[in-house]
Amino acid sequence: MEQYLLPILFFLVIGAVIGILLTVASKVFYVKTDETVSKISEALPGANCGGCGYSGCDGYAAAVAAGEAPPDLCKPGGVQTAKKIGAITGLEVGDMERVVAFVRCNGNCDATEDKFTYIGSGSCAAIERFYNGKGKCRAGCHGMGDCIRVCENGCITVRNGVAAVDPTDCIGCGKCVKACPNKLIVLIKESQRYMVRCSSLDTGKETRQICKNGCIACGLCRKKCPSDAIIIENNHAYINTGKCTGCGICETVCPVKCITCIQTVVSIKKNGERKSE
Amino acid sequence: MELVRNLMVILFTGILTENFILNKFYGICPFLGVSKTTGGAVGMGLAVTAVMVGASAVTYPIYHYVLVPLHIEYLKTICFILVIAAFVQTIEMVMKKHIPPLYKTLGVYLPLITTNCAVLGVTIINIDSGYSFIEALMNAFSGGIGFLLVMLIFSGVRERISSCDVPKALEGTPITLIAASLTSLSFVGFSGIVDGIFGG
Repeated sequence: MEQYLLPILFFLVIGAVIGILLTVASKVFYVKTDETVSKISEALPGANCGGCGYSGCDGYAAAVAAGEAPPDLCKPGGVQTAKKIGAITGLEVGDMERVVAFVRCNGNCDATEDKFTYIGSGSCAAIERFYNGKGKCRAGCHGMGDCIRVCENGCITVRNGVAAVDPTDCIGCGKCVKACPNKLIVLIKESQRYMVRCSSLDTGKETRQICKNGCIACGLCRKKCPSDAIIIENNHAYINTGKCTGCGICETVCPVKCITCIQTVVSIKKNGERKSE
Repeated sequence: MELVRNLMVILFTGILTENFILNKFYGICPFLGVSKTTGGAVGMGLAVTAVMVGASAVTYPIYHYVLVPLHIEYLKTICFILVIAAFVQTIEMVMKKHIPPLYKTLGVYLPLITTNCAVLGVTIINIDSGYSFIEALMNAFSGGIGFLLVMLIFSGVRERISSCDVPKALEGTPITLIAASLTSLSFVGFSGIVDGIFGG
């Protein structure tokens, strides 16, 4: 009889001990969860795009509740979401401007060449990891469309070997910024009209030899700019958004035509589509 | 000296020749599931190491001071499952309250380990091999470190595979399993190395 009772007794005892232990532990080690976190989570779009720089909508909500993040980082949600979060947390929310992605390269097939013929996996990440890129320009677009695959709104296309973003549909989630192994894509404010469509830091002579469309840092744009908005650094021209008035003189004087109006990039794309139809 | 030598033998055996993942084939689910990125693999490896040592420390006395005197040693498997599950739950709660940074890095993996066969396996191997308490802890530690090492190596392999052109039929799990078997073969090469070092 004992051989049957003993195991039953043993498990009754051990079950009771563990039960009591866990109950006590859950009381002793109880951690209060913040209600504002769940409220903020509800206000967010729930797309988990990661554009805010956190692991997802829940991660961002926790960061806002803890006071570590500003309430206006959610780009897909835009101003409305920011205002909702502001109402929950009592934080001030200024007017938020829409941001769009921009590809800082125009080294298309007419302007530059590949250093070898690439046959293999069709991803920019593979080309970057195994061969340091396939084009002559180290900083150029690989054109394999890793950014296209992550874009949920389908606003990126590869035209003539270079990716271009259509800003009209872009929600500014920044997924393509992370996907680009060459870090060519940046998020810019919509009001910023002119961008340097190149990211090469080679000297002007080297850039001239490998790409017709690359910035050679000649400084002509800086000289002609009426509002001193352009600086030349590391063999590259940068446009200061705060000072730029959008007059467009830099675009007309640039000898290599690498300064472009971001709206023009779209019209190039639209024209291309019309041609292909 | 004898004890130190024994411990070193257990350490190297656990990491190289009797590796939990690649020789005993325990803990395959986290091995295939959490090895996509290096960060996740290291987190999982550290969590498994900690839980293995803790679980060994808890189950060893229960076996020798409760099960043996009552002559119900045959219940050790089911008893250990209960004890380990409760142990992991408690650890999780303690960590959440007192060491939030550690909970953030390891916490997500803890529920996955609750019923992990590698953890249960190490506690039962401790008993079956007739180890002393210190040896049992060392066995658990070496098993965990071996687990961590393999997770780290394999996550590197998988990160490279992810940007390779894999034939359509082998994409996903098949290529992962092939890579796992090749990694396992490389560890078979270690057989006899411990005997060689310690003149066993």
